[in-house]
Amino acid sequence: MIQFEKFTLANGLRVIVHQDLSTPMAVMDIMYDVGARDEDPNRTGFAHLFEHLMFGGSVNIPSYDEPLQMAGGENNAYTTNDLTNYYIQLPAENLETAFWLESDRMLSLAFEDKSLETQRKVVCEEFKEHYLTKPYGDVWHKMRELAYKQHPYRWMTIGKELSHIENAQLEDVKAFFFKHYRPVNAVLVVAGNVTVEKVKALAEKWFGDIPSGEKYKRNLPQEPEQTEARKLEIKASVPLDALYKTWHIKNRLDRKYYITDLLTDILSGGGSSRLYQSLVKEKQLFSNIECYHFGSTENGLLSIEGKLVKGVKIDDAEKAVEQELDKMKTELVPEAELQKVKNKTESMIAFEDMSVMNRANSLAYYETLGDAAWMNYELQKYGTVTSEDILQESRNIFRAENSNTIYYLSDN
Amino acid sequence: MPDRKQAPAIVDAVNFKLNLKPYQHFVLDNGVEVYAVDAGAEEVMLTEWVFFAGNTQEEKNLVAATTNFLLRNGTTKRTAFQINEHFEYYGAYLNRSCYNETATITLHCLTKHIDELLPVVKELITESTMPSEELAIYQQNMKQRLKVNLKKSDFVAGRLIDAYLYGEKHPYGKYSSAEEFDALERDQLLSFYSQYYQQGKLILFVAGKLPAHLDTLMNRFFGDLPNNPVEVKYPALHPATDKKIRITNDAAGVQGSIRIARPFPNRHHPDFLKVQVLNALFGGFFGSRLMSNIREDKGYTYGIHSYLQNHIQHSAWMVSTEAGKDVCEAAITEVYKEMKDLREELVEEEELLLVRNYMMGGILGDLDGPFQIIARWKNIILNGLTEQYFYDSINTIKTISAEELQGLAQKYLQPEDFYELVVV
Repeated sequence: MIQFEKFTLANGLRVIVHQDLSTPMAVMDIMYDVGARDEDPNRTGFAHLFEHLMFGGSVNIPSYDEPLQMAGGENNAYTTNDLTNYYIQLPAENLETAFWLESDRMLSLAFEDKSLETQRKVVCEEFKEHYLTKPYGDVWHKMRELAYKQHPYRWMTIGKELSHIENAQLEDVKAFFFKHYRPVNAVLVVAGNVTVEKVKALAEKWFGDIPSGEKYKRNLPQEPEQTEARKLEIKASVPLDALYKTWHIKNRLDRKYYITDLLTDILSGGGSSRLYQSLVKEKQLFSNIECYHFGSTENGLLSIEGKLVKGVKIDDAEKAVEQELDKMKTELVPEAELQKVKNKTESMIAFEDMSVMNRANSLAYYETLGDAAWMNYELQKYGTVTSEDILQESRNIFRAENSNTIYYLSDN
Repeated sequence: MPDRKQAPAIVDAVNFKLNLKPYQHFVLDNGVEVYAVDAGAEEVMLTEWVFFAGNTQEEKNLVAATTNFLLRNGTTKRTAFQINEHFEYYGAYLNRSCYNETATITLHCLTKHIDELLPVVKELITESTMPSEELAIYQQNMKQRLKVNLKKSDFVAGRLIDAYLYGEKHPYGKYSSAEEFDALERDQLLSFYSQYYQQGKLILFVAGKLPAHLDTLMNRFFGDLPNNPVEVKYPALHPATDKKIRITNDAAGVQGSIRIARPFPNRHHPDFLKVQVLNALFGGFFGSRLMSNIREDKGYTYGIHSYLQNHIQHSAWMVSTEAGKDVCEAAITEVYKEMKDLREELVEEEELLLVRNYMMGGILGDLDGPFQIIARWKNIILNGLTEQYFYDSINTIKTISAEELQGLAQKYLQPEDFYELVVV
């Protein structure tokens, strides 16, 4: 059970305090309720580019990193399709430095041309490093476009194309900031060797006078239900044929999310999981195979991907995957196997909760979803899933008309 | 209204008193040493079995790594599937890794399940069978993985720079090939297994919320292993003679992988700890010279880092980055320019204090939690160092002077000593 206290400043900023006196450190985690899904389809990659610009100086503080490093702190950030997260870890004595830095960034950035120009280049290199130079690096761009026709999950956080980043203008950057990076759209978590009184005083002092901003009302085009199987074949200079399949699944707040999560663990994720045992070890059709879901806030995707053993025909490999899925749709998962994936979930949560940073991050995440307290009920929710649930949900998900398939074939 | 132009007062991290929580130490009946750190709030623990079964011991390439991998793939009593199912049923993670001098089995589990798991770990150490069909699957899948990796310039660059530094025959420099995977034979694995696991030398590291009577428990399962001494013998180094190398791996590639490296002595050398500070300043963290110049000012790369390799016998000082194909040479020029600055100019007090505080804060944060603490101890013990090494490193960070740093830069940051590799 993770204990915490929550209060809201007059400008709408939600603040959560989680005390842990066993560590000499403090953690500050700020989550902004904005991700790549909130981007203009013609200016994609913005939420993520923005994350880079957040380190280019704020209105009163020319350099973000130096004062933090001087205080013995470290920080990082990430952007997903759903949200943006900034976090700092520093010696608890120097907590106020984190308040000073983060509140000034929330007040306003410096918006300098030079910073935009450099970070555009840096992000373009990141784009190349992760998506262009790696074999199979473009597959998720293609898969998202195949699976989503309306919803903004159809592009990756890095952006649809390099040109969107290359053409980003300072005006767009400012507009994006003042729309999304406001107290009313953020959650602030302070954790570690801290007291509620101190955090209250510091939050009031540093964040209290930031204009509230307008609550962002998310109104995204919804993805119509998919009605026929979609397929794409790619030929590229890769050494091995690979199979990628996805199916639409329910959103993070649906009870079915928990069923789906356990279902993916039954199929993959360990040496005794079904796909690995059957397709890598027994039939030797794949050299590796994985099943996972994206954990998206809105209706997301479940994916199965694997690289084929040289010489195996991709139709045969796909058929063998379908056979395993048929089993999921026709036979109840044995009780012991269900218990296995529940035990795995229990231990995963325990390991995650070891670090103050992870606890702070989870609190911010659940509060952004709706309520930080949900963090403490996750295990219970997994506990209620039955074999019958998994059978029904497998039938729901693994329908041909709900599927997207990419054959990624070697051209030599 | 707070004065936002004014930074809040800070306590300089150099003023912190850092302590490395001591371990409990006990010895099993057979002489196996156990190091344990009991700490943490969650009911979880980590157990690590360290054998002197790394690739330094093997006579043929890949034998150590393959033996280590197949430990989990069959015993006289269980199939690979049954072994995996057992650990996964209890929500435990059983991993194995092969390094240069050592090879390990690592178990992460909820403390309440430890009794169910230790007997099966023991089985892996005493009764693994390395089945031929498991070996065949491993060979096939590893060859395929290698094929994919060889398409990646960073993978190719990482292999080659090590080979230049140490020679292809040295454990730190050798790398895998499809032919060597094909040449693996079960008998070689069994004999390696017998010599370095069944009959080999073991050290145990345990951390987390520990069960009562850990000593009795460990003794019951691991106190009767032979635990014979193993001597680690290194072949001679054969560094490459050519130092500037350009390789085209993929003519259509848009980025180059840059590695610039020089040999460096190991942790016992008096300069090692001092150079850790110089390295931080040079390219060891986000605020370093290399990062500020080459990423934050020029935008040539998503990231650039320098570090001392984590080896026991010899180390190397490495600069590593991926940069746009057309700016690779410009990036390299800037790396040398930063070396020159460090040789010719004293670092200002302000910047040096920043590096000190950053490093101290990093260590403070790093000591947070039992797994991190035992990892530090393991590093100290396996490198043949003592607790004093930890306190010396703190002291070096706090007291090294700008003059000493400049002297070290003049001694070690000489371009002609560096290998320089670009793989596109």
